[in-house]
Amino acid sequence: MRPGMAPKGGDVVRRHRFSTRLWHWTNAVTLLVMLMSGLMIFNAHPRLYWGEYGANYDAPWLKISSAQAGAGGGEFGYLQIGKVRLTTTGVLGLWKDQDGRLQRRAFPYWVTIPSRYSLAGARIWHLAFAWVLAVGLLLYLLWSLGNRHLQRDIHITRAEWRPSHIWHDIRDHARLRFPSGAAALKYNVLQKLAYAGVLFGLLPLIILTGLAMSPGTDAWFPLAAELFGGRQSARSVHFLCAFALVAFFLVHMAMVVLAGPFNEVRSMITGRYRLPPDRPASEDGMMGQEA
Amino acid sequence: MSRLILSRRTLIRAGGAGAGSLLLSGCDKLFENPTFRHTLEGAEDLHMATQRVLGRHALAREFAEADMSPVFRANGSREVADPVYRRHLAQGFAQWALRVEGLVEKPLTLPLDTLKSMPQRTQITRHDCVEGWSAIGQWTGPRLGPLLDLAGLKPQARYVVFHCADLYHGRPYYESIDLVDAFHPQTILAWAMNGKPLEQAHGAPLRLRVERQLGYKHAKFVTRIEAVASLDGIYGGKGGYWEDNGAYAWYAGI
Repeated sequence: MRPGMAPKGGDVVRRHRFSTRLWHWTNAVTLLVMLMSGLMIFNAHPRLYWGEYGANYDAPWLKISSAQAGAGGGEFGYLQIGKVRLTTTGVLGLWKDQDGRLQRRAFPYWVTIPSRYSLAGARIWHLAFAWVLAVGLLLYLLWSLGNRHLQRDIHITRAEWRPSHIWHDIRDHARLRFPSGAAALKYNVLQKLAYAGVLFGLLPLIILTGLAMSPGTDAWFPLAAELFGGRQSARSVHFLCAFALVAFFLVHMAMVVLAGPFNEVRSMITGRYRLPPDRPASEDGMMGQEA
Repeated sequence: MSRLILSRRTLIRAGGAGAGSLLLSGCDKLFENPTFRHTLEGAEDLHMATQRVLGRHALAREFAEADMSPVFRANGSREVADPVYRRHLAQGFAQWALRVEGLVEKPLTLPLDTLKSMPQRTQITRHDCVEGWSAIGQWTGPRLGPLLDLAGLKPQARYVVFHCADLYHGRPYYESIDLVDAFHPQTILAWAMNGKPLEQAHGAPLRLRVERQLGYKHAKFVTRIEAVASLDGIYGGKGGYWEDNGAYAWYAGI
């Protein structure tokens, strides 16, 4: 970028701060470990309940298991949510392990840490990385408040909250029409909603529901479980948050690929980002509306 | 064209599987590295320190009768094969007695009737298994703290070990807690559950309740309590059956 001039399409600019890049990659590794070790912990009791208690004699709202089909139909794995049962043989409930042996655990070896069944091992991973997740999030939020990243880049303005603005942004996304030139330096409202939702919604919620499952924490901080209607409800919310984060990850990946993976990944590693080329003003729908 | 798409899809799939298995075997390999594993396991000390700072004397939540689980799941040993135990079971534990020994001034032998005649505590609490399930039940028995005071702990005593009558997968079950938990007001030796004498499946005649920790700490079929200065040299040395045989944390408040 030439000094003293406003950035324009094609320029390489500094985009992500060091604190954002550091937290992004620490968090990426941490969340992957948390998810995969969490799925192994789930395998120890692959049933979810609402309320304070829940064990084998109580009715789960979600269950992953295996069963015998009637009249010589063979064994099958299934995921049951409420009364709906989906056959998931090969993936959930009944699958072959790395040695070709049939296993009846919920999640298969290729998505769990450790890859072979070990509740104790998974807990060691999960509960150590939980500190990295919680302390990392806290430091990042404080740091980003200090350097005004949150106020400048994540804060959603009154104008952006307007339904017409959000609708416009949804239409732009649906047509894969991404901001051009210097406009790409700012997050659009859907991006802001997604990032704010993860930073202030999903991540705090998954940490809180994690704490709620600890009997030690429940003694001095009973609200952690009671906010959700009990420990088993908190466990269910914890699981749902994990899959909401997986959904965020999938959309995040899709957007990176669509927006230019090399440029996007480079900007999150080195901080340097090449602005997409400018579009003629007449083509830019945003201009007419915002001006 | 379709062949091209297929081969590309196969390639992506193979690449994904390759990257996935590399990651997996990488994590498994990393976990075999003693330094790495030791670092991760170090979080246990952090958990315990945090819990002790924030809630050293906090009481576990107690519930109403209406909140209790309709059926309380029994886990671990549900039956004890030991012939001495079976004879006591057949006699309704009338001749049975708990021994309190180790680093105490006055070793005790306490028949079940004596334990029942001491001041009792009844509490309806939530039992949280390390596997993830929970059950709410009512427990009655004498508090452990006054019982230890009766025996008189020697100053060197730092842990209380609970020896059990059952073998689990061929090895004696046992557990241990420190003195903070031993003297906690909700730590009791329960002989009754849900208003009835403890059933064999739930640990008759006596089960430890240490309410702020996970289920495997709640030793069943307790026959002998030993005060010790260190857990070294007791069975596998890690302070409990699951700690020795399964790499589970000794501090199970998380």
